[in-house]
Amino acid sequence: MLIPHPLLGPRDAQEFTYLGDAALLNRPDGMAEGAEAAFAEYVYLRDNPAGVHRELWFHEQGDRSWLVVTRDTTTHEILGAELARDVKLKGGAA
Amino acid sequence: MHFSGLRVIREALTGHKGWKPLWRNPEPQPAYDYIIVGGGGHGLATAYYLAKTFGRARIAVLEKSWLGSGNIGRNTTIIRSNYLLPGNEPFYEFSMKLWEGLEQEFNFNAMVSQRGILNLCHTDAQRDAFRRRGNAMLLAGADAELLDREQVRAMAPFLNFDNARFPIKGGLLQRRAGTARHDGVAWGYARGADMRGVDLIQNCEVTGFRIDGGRISGVETTRGYIAAGKVGVAVAGSSSRVMAMAGMRLPIESHVLQAFVSEGLKPTIPGVITFGAGHFYVSQSDKGGLVFGGDIDGYNSYAQRGNLPVIEDVAEGGMALMPMIGRARLLRVWGGIMDMSMDGSPIIDRTPVEGLYLNAGWCYGGFKATPASGYAFAHLLATGRPHETAGAYRLDRFARGYVIDEKGVGAQPNLH
Amino acid sequence: MTRLTGGLIDRARSLRFTFDGRTYSGHPGDTLASALLANDVRLMGRSFKYHRPRGVFSAGSEEPNALVELRSGARKEPNTRATVAELYDGLEAASQNHVGPLGFDLLAVNDLFSSFFAAGFYYKTFMWPRAFWEKLYEPAIRRAAGLGSLSMQPDPDAYDKGFLHCDLLVIGGGAAGLAAALTAGRAGARVILADEDFRLGGRLLAESHALDDAPATEWVARAEAELATLPNLRILRRTTVFGAFDHGVYGAVERVADHLPEPGRQVRQTLWRITARRAVLAAGAIERHIPFRNNDRPGIMLAGAMRAYANRWAVRPAKRVAIFTNNDDGHRTALDLAAKGVEVAAVIDSRPDARAQGQYRLVHGLVDNAKGRLGLRGVEIDSNGRKEWLDCGALGVAGGWNPNVHLASHHRGRPVWDEALQAFVPGEGGPCGLIIAGAAKGQGSTAAALRSGAEAAAEALAQLGIEARPADLPAAEDAPAGLRPLWHVPGKGRAWVDFQNDVTVKDIKLAHQENMRPVEHLKRWTTLGMATDQGKTANVTALAVMSELTGKPIPETGTTIFRPPYSGVSLSVLGGGDTGAHFRPRRLTPTHEWARAQGAVFIEVGPWMRAQYFPRPGETHWRQTVDREVLATRKGVGICDVTTLGKVDVQGADAGEFLDRIYANAMKSLKVGMVRYGLMLREDGTAWDDGTCARLAEDHYVVTTTTAQAGPVYRQMEFARQCLWPELDVQLISTTDAWAQIAVAGPNARRLLERIVDGFDLSNAAFPFMACAGLTVCGGLRARLFRISFSGELAYEIAVPARYGQALVERLMEQGADLGAIPYGTEALGVMRIEKGHAAGNELNGQTTAQMLGLGRMVSSKKDGIGAVMSRREGLAAETRVLVGLQPVDPAQPVLAGMHLFAEGAPHRTETDQGWITSACYSPHVGSSIGLGFLADGGARMGETVIAANPLQGQKVALRVVPPHFVDPEGGRLRD
Repeated sequence: MLIPHPLLGPRDAQEFTYLGDAALLNRPDGMAEGAEAAFAEYVYLRDNPAGVHRELWFHEQGDRSWLVVTRDTTTHEILGAELARDVKLKGGAA
Repeated sequence: MHFSGLRVIREALTGHKGWKPLWRNPEPQPAYDYIIVGGGGHGLATAYYLAKTFGRARIAVLEKSWLGSGNIGRNTTIIRSNYLLPGNEPFYEFSMKLWEGLEQEFNFNAMVSQRGILNLCHTDAQRDAFRRRGNAMLLAGADAELLDREQVRAMAPFLNFDNARFPIKGGLLQRRAGTARHDGVAWGYARGADMRGVDLIQNCEVTGFRIDGGRISGVETTRGYIAAGKVGVAVAGSSSRVMAMAGMRLPIESHVLQAFVSEGLKPTIPGVITFGAGHFYVSQSDKGGLVFGGDIDGYNSYAQRGNLPVIEDVAEGGMALMPMIGRARLLRVWGGIMDMSMDGSPIIDRTPVEGLYLNAGWCYGGFKATPASGYAFAHLLATGRPHETAGAYRLDRFARGYVIDEKGVGAQPNLH
Repeated sequence: MTRLTGGLIDRARSLRFTFDGRTYSGHPGDTLASALLANDVRLMGRSFKYHRPRGVFSAGSEEPNALVELRSGARKEPNTRATVAELYDGLEAASQNHVGPLGFDLLAVNDLFSSFFAAGFYYKTFMWPRAFWEKLYEPAIRRAAGLGSLSMQPDPDAYDKGFLHCDLLVIGGGAAGLAAALTAGRAGARVILADEDFRLGGRLLAESHALDDAPATEWVARAEAELATLPNLRILRRTTVFGAFDHGVYGAVERVADHLPEPGRQVRQTLWRITARRAVLAAGAIERHIPFRNNDRPGIMLAGAMRAYANRWAVRPAKRVAIFTNNDDGHRTALDLAAKGVEVAAVIDSRPDARAQGQYRLVHGLVDNAKGRLGLRGVEIDSNGRKEWLDCGALGVAGGWNPNVHLASHHRGRPVWDEALQAFVPGEGGPCGLIIAGAAKGQGSTAAALRSGAEAAAEALAQLGIEARPADLPAAEDAPAGLRPLWHVPGKGRAWVDFQNDVTVKDIKLAHQENMRPVEHLKRWTTLGMATDQGKTANVTALAVMSELTGKPIPETGTTIFRPPYSGVSLSVLGGGDTGAHFRPRRLTPTHEWARAQGAVFIEVGPWMRAQYFPRPGETHWRQTVDREVLATRKGVGICDVTTLGKVDVQGADAGEFLDRIYANAMKSLKVGMVRYGLMLREDGTAWDDGTCARLAEDHYVVTTTTAQAGPVYRQMEFARQCLWPELDVQLISTTDAWAQIAVAGPNARRLLERIVDGFDLSNAAFPFMACAGLTVCGGLRARLFRISFSGELAYEIAVPARYGQALVERLMEQGADLGAIPYGTEALGVMRIEKGHAAGNELNGQTTAQMLGLGRMVSSKKDGIGAVMSRREGLAAETRVLVGLQPVDPAQPVLAGMHLFAEGAPHRTETDQGWITSACYSPHVGSSIGLGFLADGGARMGETVIAANPLQGQKVALRVVPPHFVDPEGGRLRD
């Protein structure tokens, strides 16, 4: 697979390490009331869609940026990639 | 019809005219007491034990494609009970004991072959971990032997002892482990279930659940609505998709695992061998093909196919471990979709919807679990209580902190 | 040897080769199959199940029958298709899968009992008594299993991997592929043309058609010459594109040296990963046969293959041949053979209205039997019920052509049935960017193939915004095939569908009778399509037979898709050079060479090689060495390279806040110039990694990790920085490789360091336990000093730029000679940390918690550190096992990691298991083996005796529970 790195252009997916659903950007507040239930959901539950999936890849053998890649899990087609940092600063993964 | 050597001879002499269909092709009834969603290994085994062991009737298995088209039809056929944790080991040992009597039990030769599994270790720390695991196996009533380097050499002299990046220091051997003919397992259970009145309905995809007041009343399918008393879902690979129709999110990601078979070769590899310094495992089938595999590709996928980097990585592991296979050729690569759970262990449990039960999260260990999974799921469906060996496979273990993490890698499915 | 006229062989040179020990000769341009046929060898192999005698069936990579073991010794290559093995001088080949000579295989007895071995028979028997499966039945089956055999020696040849990029990859160099390559090449696109054959041209080489009134080979030669002049086009001959992967990535194997006796200095094969923006699949079509009784006799082959042998290789399949056809291709074969002077006994055409196209006997009818076990002697013809035996030594069978949809279905896109063609063609869902051309999409006439190839290339380039005009093409034949389907000849006896695996029409009927009707059940029940050819010549025919039985049309009966690879790929080339000692990279520490000079024994620690211990002359056992290293360190001073520990440099105004969130314990409150032990949790609350965190300045920390987790911890820290808290002002960089870090431990450590620091006050008051500083040593060398201890002794870790690591160690050894300085390795390091009760990988195995490690109070609830919330879950809080020390009651008894712990008198079972020993060693300090372990309620059981059981090795040892610190429990030494 090739990942369209927003800064570096297309890069072989082998340069990256995969983490999972971009919802991991949305870490709950650990000091809030009911944090344990919110964390149980955050840590363990996934939508796991068959279709478009927003997911985190780390350019470990590259520029060490975390990307949010939008990819179809039924065809592996990649629809876009952004810096995770930008996504988070804009309010996190939807 | 009872299968036997005599029967085979009689049919051979009379032109094979007497063989009957292995199972019927029934039309779905309007209602069943039990509906099993998924005609893979676990679903078929569940239906079989529900009918045979628990004496239940009015059972249907709904399969969206052909029977056995799930991961039972695409795996590396290994059976073993060499687990560490007390939540797992008794369950897998129960499964192993079921394997040992399976063919006589369902009158079908699934070629259960106990030629052993040898896990190689390459560091002292790995050997320590094997000692802990081997002892855990013995304590649970399984068998295990810790081998030193020379004992490994005696069993598998063709391994790379002399030019390896990671030296072979020994191994953990389970002699009762081995392989089984995967399709045969599905067919044996299917035939056994059909003989006991279970309706096996192919080309019937479940498209929705009908839930009234928190209780399941039936399933919508491509062949119409079917009412049900209880519904058990056993659709590993698609669990998230199917359970989403009941409004549930699961602690599961779907990943592709590639598996490999070489062209047929005269048998040379004794049992199953696993490489401890790379991810590679291999056995040789009764037809002569080397059946092998390695890591999952590592990204969420429903595509049932993988990519070159993992193919190369698996071949590198294989060549590093046993350089004499280099001139053999890869015949076929295929991909199966795994329910990778958040702790690497499965789920056999009721759900928040009354009457709806879930069997899921088998990662890439589902094949060996087929008998016990079916038995335990049938037990749960029939009695409402978990089977004694499957009590740890609860859905709420994640929120409550009772995870069963054999590899100790935490809530990241692609690392299990 | 018999050769016809013409052909693409070099008659000026002869090549000698052997088959089953007999010597023959052929010419350059031959394959092993063509050369054997030229030498009148027809029997080349045996089938898998019934061991039926078999001859060559095709002229390409779809060959099911003529499989041989090629070469000998460590280069032996089983299951090699004689039809694609290029002849070279000295080639050795042997037939396979027989007991006794090829012509008298003892296992052919299976054929006599074939009725007992019908489809699926083994699922129905061999079940009683149970123990007989492993002891009797399976060994017997395995003795007969397999085809060729491995040499059991490592492959002596070299392999390579490479990456290629192009605008257009053209797969197949036949008519369509050449037209595509010319079109794209002339347009200036970057083109790769790959063909599995050693000669471009595909079917054009096998046919007698003219292109522009000249032999097709002339046009091929001109096209090839033009392509060679194009700098933007690369031709890969002998290269099989074996798989279509995601995003335009194709796997290909180039057989660089398989046509040579030995590769010499070249690699044998290269694995290419080709990234193509677009691809044209011009893989042609594969002819299908028509099953009839005994249709597997040696000498019966595909009609198209017969033409290829005659036209390309100047080989006649026999003196007198017959043709069985359901389309015009059979007649073309008859004409080509007749033109070469081969006697055509008859053309048997199943179409009642077929007309002869030349001077040969035409029979309207069917072939319904064949005789000649080891070589065809004749076929039985059924012409409207009139039967006749016809003498012939070969029969060409023309059943129509199946587009070669293999690669098009690698993304699980299903082929669709084309009623007009009576064949499956590629359908939707093919690999993105792959355009099908030529016979592979049913455009089988030469003219159509050329046109289709040129158009496909133009279409592909248009999608890329490159303008291309379809190449001007020669005039060529454009005749319809006139096919009338005939899927098999009905009748008694066995008619083979899948040759290699011995699947007959009867087997398909039996599968139907037993309700194994879905195509996947059919394949699995009968083993159809599971042989080395993946059913290239069998699958569609089998579907048609099943369709006839179910009464449903073929597309409703099912389709079949193919999996990569297109044809077998050697495991050697997939592994490339990354095997053996090169399987994984090897990381060396800065003092590696020095340690080697000291005679160190090295050990693999993840990717690293570390010095395990430093034996001295006279020491005969590793324990002697390790005990000495431990005692000498605890008495004088020891030096150890700890560079492999991960190091992360953390800077920025919010560095302290950031680390507060990364660690379970607080770091913001750490004073500048001090170090704190830090524990990291995973977000699921489990203990993950530990190390030290040193604050060098207000906005500058240095974090160390364990060796094993250096990568993952850094990755996680970047995740936290970029994905969780990008608003924090903090920067990270891994400096593991930048600094050499050396531990200096023992009562003389300070005295030794005082000799190398540049005027730095090391006194306890000025530089106490857990202090850190930047300084210079050895007269101006930049360094960092940390007063931390893993051994429990007065100890420091000193870091210098990596390139000075070795010089630093040499200086320390030299300066410390009178202080008893010795180097120690990982083994002594491990002993000392167990003696001190420090957790390491065996305790931090990803399954344990801070509470279990006795560090529960470190997990702060006053801040939002990673993992803190989940560490408070019920299941983790309820865990009672904690880390304890364990000492044998009888000092002579062993303690081993991996033993399980039980209360005295309790039975040894899973349910009564109270914990396990994580680490153990012989402690020279204590004078016995000691261990660390997790024990239920361990904290309350000090002094109690427990039983450590190791049933795996028949051991049971009574151990006393003690605190985990065996050395200096008060910690006075490290604070002195």
